[in-house]
Parts: sequence; C-alpha cells; structure tokens
Amino acid sequence: MKLLPFEKPLAELHDKIAQLRKLSIEGNIDLSGEIEKIERRADQVKKEIYLNLTASQIVQIARHPNRPDTTSLTRLVFDSFVELHGDRVFGDDPAIVGGIGTIDGHRVVVIGHQKGHDTKENIRRNFGMPNPEGYRKALRLMQMANRFKMPIITFIDTPGAYPGLEAEERGQAEAIARNLREMAGFSVPIVSFVIGEGGSGGALGIGVANKLYMLQNAVYSVISPEGCASILYRNASKADVAAESMKIIATEIVKLGVADGIIPEPLGGAHHDWNAVSAHIKATVLNELNTFKALPEQAIKSQRYDKFRAMGRFLEASPLT
Amino acid sequence: MSIIDWFAKKEKSTETSAKLNIPGDVWIKCTHCNEILFQKDLDSNCKVCPKCNFHFRVSPTDRIRYIFDAGSFVEQDESVGPTDFLGFFDTESYSDRIKKAQSKSRRNDAVVSGYATLDKIPVNTAIMDFGYMGGSMGSVVGEKITRAIERSVVDHKPVIVFTSSGGARMQEGIMSLMQMAKTSAALEQLAEQRVPYISVLCDPTTGGTSASFAILGDINIAEPGALISFAGPRVIEQTIRQKLPKGFQRAEFLLAHGMVDLVVDRRELRSMLSTVLTALNPYGDTL
Repeated sequence: MKLLPFEKPLAELHDKIAQLRKLSIEGNIDLSGEIEKIERRADQVKKEIYLNLTASQIVQIARHPNRPDTTSLTRLVFDSFVELHGDRVFGDDPAIVGGIGTIDGHRVVVIGHQKGHDTKENIRRNFGMPNPEGYRKALRLMQMANRFKMPIITFIDTPGAYPGLEAEERGQAEAIARNLREMAGFSVPIVSFVIGEGGSGGALGIGVANKLYMLQNAVYSVISPEGCASILYRNASKADVAAESMKIIATEIVKLGVADGIIPEPLGGAHHDWNAVSAHIKATVLNELNTFKALPEQAIKSQRYDKFRAMGRFLEASPLT
Repeated sequence: MSIIDWFAKKEKSTETSAKLNIPGDVWIKCTHCNEILFQKDLDSNCKVCPKCNFHFRVSPTDRIRYIFDAGSFVEQDESVGPTDFLGFFDTESYSDRIKKAQSKSRRNDAVVSGYATLDKIPVNTAIMDFGYMGGSMGSVVGEKITRAIERSVVDHKPVIVFTSSGGARMQEGIMSLMQMAKTSAALEQLAEQRVPYISVLCDPTTGGTSASFAILGDINIAEPGALISFAGPRVIEQTIRQKLPKGFQRAEFLLAHGMVDLVVDRRELRSMLSTVLTALNPYGDTL
C-alpha cells in the first residue's frame, strides 16, 4: 500500500519490528520483549500522527489510491447494482459511474466519480475528472430516478471537472450548470457522500443534495490547494497554507453548514478498512432513506432549496456608505 | 482556475500603460488594434472601438446607461456587503482586499442589482463588476443575484443578468462554491413560474460563474470577443500541453459550438433585448 510522506516514522518502526522478527526466527533468539516495546512505540506514534493531522496531510489521505471508490461501494453498500452507460448524446464517461440498485427494499439510483487505483486504470478513468458527457449521463440517470421515484445516492471523489479542449467545446460549464439547476428541482431525496476529494464545480455537479456527508478524511473545496496557492500566493509550494486557509476538511465543512455529518474512518484512513467504512455509509444511507420516505415530495424539494438558499455569509448592512 | 488569467492580465496591463504615458482621461489606446482613440468618442460609442469593434469592459454604471430607460434603474440590496468569515489570509488578508476594492469602486461587492425598464418593459436585473476583485463570486454576489431572481419569481418580470467574472471567490472557500448551487436553484424556481431569464455573457465569464447562472439563460447572448469558459486557457494549455487554436473560448467560438444563442454588438444590445423580451415574455401584457 502506498505510504504517505508523513507516515514515514511509523513505517520505519514497522520495518524494525519486521527485522527483529526475522532475526529472532533465523537466529532462534527471544526478542519478544524488544518487539513488544517497539510495537507499543509504534502504536503511540500512530496515534500522535493521526490525531494531529494537518489539512494538507488530510488532503494526502483523501487522495490515497487505495481509498474505497464508487464501484466498490456499489458492491459493499447495496444489495444489488446494475451499472448503466452513456449520456445518449455523445458517449460514456468512465470518470462517472452510475446505475440502479436496491438497498434493504429501497430502489435507488447510485452515481459517483470513479478514479483508478493504478496508472492504467487512472488513465482509463481520466483520474476521476469527468467530461461533459459524464455530467449528462448523471443527469439522465437522475431524471430517470425522479420519474420512477427512486432516491438518488451520489459518491463524490474528483480533483475537478476535466479542463480539456474538447470538454470546453462540448460545454463543460453548461453540463455542470444544468445539473445544479435540475437537481434543485427533483422531488426525490438526494443523499451525497464526499468519499475522497470534493473538487470544486466538478464535485458539486453531482452534489446538490438534501443531505451531504463527508468521510472523516475527505476534503471539499472551491479550488485545489495547489491551484489556490499558485493564484493567490503566487507560489504552488504554499499548498499546505492554502489547504489550511480555505477550511476544506470535514469538521470545517460541517461547521460552515455545508455538510450535515461525518462518516468516521479507522485510524490511518478509510483505505485500512473498507468494510468498516462501507458499513457506516450503509447505515447512514438507510437512516436517511427511511426519514425521507415519510416526507411528501414538496417537503423534500423545499428542504433542499432552503438548505442551499441559506448558504452564504454576508452583512445585510455593510459599513460602507 | 480561470482567475489565473485575470491576475496575469492585470499585471500585464499595468506594465503597458506605464510605458505608454498617455493621459488616460483624454486619449486611450485600443488594446486590440492599437489605434489611439479620443476617450469621448469611445464613451459615446458604448466603449466599442470605432475602428476594430473591440468591446472594452464596462462598469455597471455605464451598462445601466446603455441598456435601460433613462432614470428607470432603482438599485436594490445596495447595502449587502462581504465579510471575512474564514479569516482568510494570502499575501494580504481578505479584510484588506475588501476594503481596497470597496474604496476603489465605491461599491460593497462585485454586483449591482435592482429593477429597471427597457423600452418600457419592466425587468429585474443584476450587473457584475469585473473591476471589483475580478468580478469574483462570493456570498454577496450569490445572494444579490438570487434575490434578483426571487423578485422575479414573485413579480413575474423577466430577469436579465450581465456577467463579467473570473469565477468563484477563493477567499470565501467552500461558501463561494455553494453560490453556484444557490443561484442555479433560484433559476429552477423561476423556470417553474415560466418567467424568462436572459443571460448576457460579457468579457470574461469563466469558472464557477460560467458553470452556473451565466450559461443557464433561456436565451444566452454574448458580447463579441468575450472570453467564456469553464477552465481558463492557461489551465487547459498546461493540462493538454499544446497551444490552443485562435479564438478558442471566445463568444464566436461558443456560438459555433451551440453554447450561446447570439453574439450581439453592444451598440445593438438594447434593441435586441427589447425584441427578445417582447417575443418571449408570457406575462408581457399583465406587468
């Protein structure tokens, strides 16, 4: 599994433990006391690292190639899932996965960004950066969900919508904007989870939800920390400062009222235990679906509108005269 | 994203004006054809170069003068202003940036909104100001545009929004992103009421502004030569590592690719808006 730079002290201890074990077996010497001591130290270091993560370290965890992804979650969280393809206009975008499924007797549409776990898959999935046809596929499936009264579950994990020449030609801005407007009008509930990277408009394009949850080490931001640093700080190496300033981590996003809750991750991050994370997600999905089932369509729509209507911090009477 | 280009341009433009040493209030050099123009001639021509038709950026004040019936514009939500709720600091604090922008523009934020008439047709309108922090969309811009739309949800007057914006305001973090959803949600309500929305995309309209209300007009009209994009040209060049074709992401390019209905010369814009509104508005007789 890919090691993150700040995990190095922990990795060194684990290496040491492995060496001692090998030594004790090969040389037939009892080193259990030594090993136990280092193991205790490793536990301590692990806690020190993971209980004091900085925003930019969380960004690294959010981008970890082994984090649970949309495709795996469709399998782990839902009882059945059939992936459906294409926007009926141009093509099928592998950076967005969508389909229909069931969970505990609820019929749902599931949509999510899909990155790759290795270079080959990442190239096929365009590193989880959708083209307009991805957003249009998502819209087609969401419109179908609305027609057949199926709640919509989305998983957000993208560096952003793809900034490419053809994406512009085919209307990247229009595709995202239309999704924002249409999602606001659906009478079925939309529940979204930021499972890794919530990258700007590319994330929001499937994220106008009644309820939004963040995984503990997920981030959600208007621009990548690197992008912000190179524009505002004129220095891409200030990404760590930008990550801190923009308030992009789960606890901050909840504090700002943009997300409604946090899905806990095991110490070290979601990539260490997919089952634990998906069990939490499943419980949350079911809880929301059961709550919204009791609400009339108009109430579902109003709740979503009121939620976004309330977003913004400003002064009603600014001191400027 | 595309605000990169704004910063780049800003730096460049200060350089050239320093070298030229032309008294700015009398003469002005066309940034497109380099013709030396008499400022008064330019002003009386809707700030369109008489020689090459280059459209200079205009302030909301000028825009109101060009488009609406004289004296008909009544500003709303004038006192709504920004606040540095994240305590954001880059090379300077957001609080200081706000103060500077406010004292330079004498406006609270990057949009002016209100109601007016155009050939006696009553409308609600919002006009973005690129001169104020690159027209960036934070909470105030999102709120004032949403309120303008909501006024139309109630009074059924058509909405006209003039956009000129580098995108979301990074200093307001995730909250600026949420303005995209807020404004678009208001447009959904407007559509349900069958009230027309006309978006006039002016130079530049990029990033989060282009990917929300700017592109969602029942009719999208662009000014000639306006840069309209989701991702800025520099970001795209860096991503695909090749030069972009000439005219890429300009108004005429978007027209050719089906993203806007019309590209209209600023001097014809008022009459075009009048024609379009008259044809489109189902509430025309009752307002």
